[in-house]
Amino acid sequence: MNVTSSVREPLILGGKTLADITNDICRQVEGRPSKSWIIAFTLSLLLLGVGIYCVMVTWFVGLGVWGLNKTVGWAWDITNFVWWIGIGHAGTLISAILLLFRQKWRTSINRAAEAMTIFAVLCAASFILLHMGRPWLAHWALPLGNTYGTLWVNFNSPLVWDVFAISTYFTVSVVFWYIGLIPDLATIRDRATNKVSRLIYGIMAFGWNGSAKDWSRFEAVSLVLAGLSTPLVLSVHTIVSFDFATSLVPGWHTTIFPPYFVAGAIFSGFAMVLTLMLITRKVFKLEDYITVAHVESMNKVITLTGSIVGIAYITEFFIAWYSGVEYEGYAFINRATGPYWWSYWAMMTCNVISPQLFWIRSVRRSLVATFVLSIIVNIGMWFERFVIIVTSLHRDYLPSSWAYFTPTWFDIGDYANSFGLFFTLFLLFSKFLPVINMAEVKAVLKSSGDVQTGQAQPNSSSSVKQSVSQH
Amino acid sequence: MSEVKSYLIGVYDDDDVLLSAIKSLREKGAKILDAFTPFPVHGIDPALGIKRSRLPQAAFIFGATGTTCAISLQTLTLGWDWPMNIGGKPHLAFPSFIPVSFELTVLFAALGMVGTFLLSSGLGPGSKKTVFDPRSSDDKFVLVFDLEKNNQFTADQLTEMVKASGASEVNFKDIVEKH
Repeated sequence: MNVTSSVREPLILGGKTLADITNDICRQVEGRPSKSWIIAFTLSLLLLGVGIYCVMVTWFVGLGVWGLNKTVGWAWDITNFVWWIGIGHAGTLISAILLLFRQKWRTSINRAAEAMTIFAVLCAASFILLHMGRPWLAHWALPLGNTYGTLWVNFNSPLVWDVFAISTYFTVSVVFWYIGLIPDLATIRDRATNKVSRLIYGIMAFGWNGSAKDWSRFEAVSLVLAGLSTPLVLSVHTIVSFDFATSLVPGWHTTIFPPYFVAGAIFSGFAMVLTLMLITRKVFKLEDYITVAHVESMNKVITLTGSIVGIAYITEFFIAWYSGVEYEGYAFINRATGPYWWSYWAMMTCNVISPQLFWIRSVRRSLVATFVLSIIVNIGMWFERFVIIVTSLHRDYLPSSWAYFTPTWFDIGDYANSFGLFFTLFLLFSKFLPVINMAEVKAVLKSSGDVQTGQAQPNSSSSVKQSVSQH
Repeated sequence: MSEVKSYLIGVYDDDDVLLSAIKSLREKGAKILDAFTPFPVHGIDPALGIKRSRLPQAAFIFGATGTTCAISLQTLTLGWDWPMNIGGKPHLAFPSFIPVSFELTVLFAALGMVGTFLLSSGLGPGSKKTVFDPRSSDDKFVLVFDLEKNNQFTADQLTEMVKASGASEVNFKDIVEKH
């Protein structure tokens, strides 16, 4: 028995039945790749090819190919790292925190958002490896003991915490995502008409048959993983912010960093989810599943986190002055009016001013406006990390070593590499795996669909009460 | 050695019908082997008499193991094996050990619990659990009865009961089980 709420917008449109959901979402997995997919995939591979060339040059020649100098030792590498990690956070937020808050609209977007998390963390990890200069010695960051040097790693260092935080985050995200995929992989296996896909999806589905006992355990696992991922995602960006906050560099040494970084991460991550989902729903014709109501909900999160970020910028500025520390004060005046003024104002415009447009209902329900603003937010968040990192470093305590950083083609090429990697992986995911979690969408169809399709049953009055009380 | 087992499969179109069918059939004394559904149906656990999963407890134990390992690792390396003087601060700086301890707690708990889940449910690459009706991963809700265990009814009686409970079709399936 279906219940349509008069208060809430339906989450799934078009009067879908359970079978429609399976057909709509399996369509692009089972069919031949569309022309637009092939074009997009070719372009991503080309970008990845150019990127891999730049990465190889960076590995073989060394970090001298970047625009770094003695004063500015971290620039685009760490900017890109923090940016990608931040983008990844939205996937975990959607799948874990919104699960705990019982937000049903997450069911249509969580699969793709989690995939985005995994790919974004891979892109971020590529910059950690690159900025080491000698990536073949990356295992030195692990606590491997005396045969690899003379000392253990220093567990007082946030850079070591980062190693643990990011590898844990990646592992747990992959596990969470894959566990959620298993029932849907079984659906594809059971529908498969040719032997090869039955075999491959069969192996990937781990033998799932949807028995009640397995579902019971599955739900327990999902809930606990969500409970574990929630503090995990907050800890990851907190620890990333410690990379800066525990130093003594003016502009970095601030206690506001952890919450401010986490809010910024969710802000940019939701923007990236929107950019990707607006394209995906159009290309794969999933407009009935990812509706304007979903876009609006995400835009509300963007407005909230964007405003938190805005308050953080203003607070930072105020505290720099209020602390009475000359260097701290100068760092902020220099950000806004120094040689990098353009990046500061790009950040302010994109992150603080533009998302405020979402207070207007017609803007946050407009797909075109959302798409444009989601890209603007991501540009702004890239500039935020650039401003924090480069403007703080380029002028610190010793005026004689003040310098200016200009990127080289290899800085740009290595950044392009991460885009190539990200889009290649995302396109492969969207072709070969279901982009929407079928099992979860089916589970919310009755309470969130837009029509009554259930059959009246002798005991249906009690289930109506149940469904109504869920609202 | 292999033996052939016969099963009766009741196929339902709706989860609420399935729930009421489980209740009425169990009241009449039918023994349900298992239910297969395309999504977790709420209320099916008490209806089928499935006990609450103890996986969260397993996760806690794995998590505690992770915390212990992390604290031991940091204490033994920095405090005992090679104490480092970092700015004259104590060798055993417990506040600095919190992040790594937390991360390893989460890592152990997540991997341990998921591993336990896969093992206890017999899931894994290459595992092939019986799919009684492939439509149960699409839009059908399936109840399976082992005919041997329901021998107080004839197959026809059981078919009638399952149909009366709202099933849209009733099928029989023989499965060769190897021992």
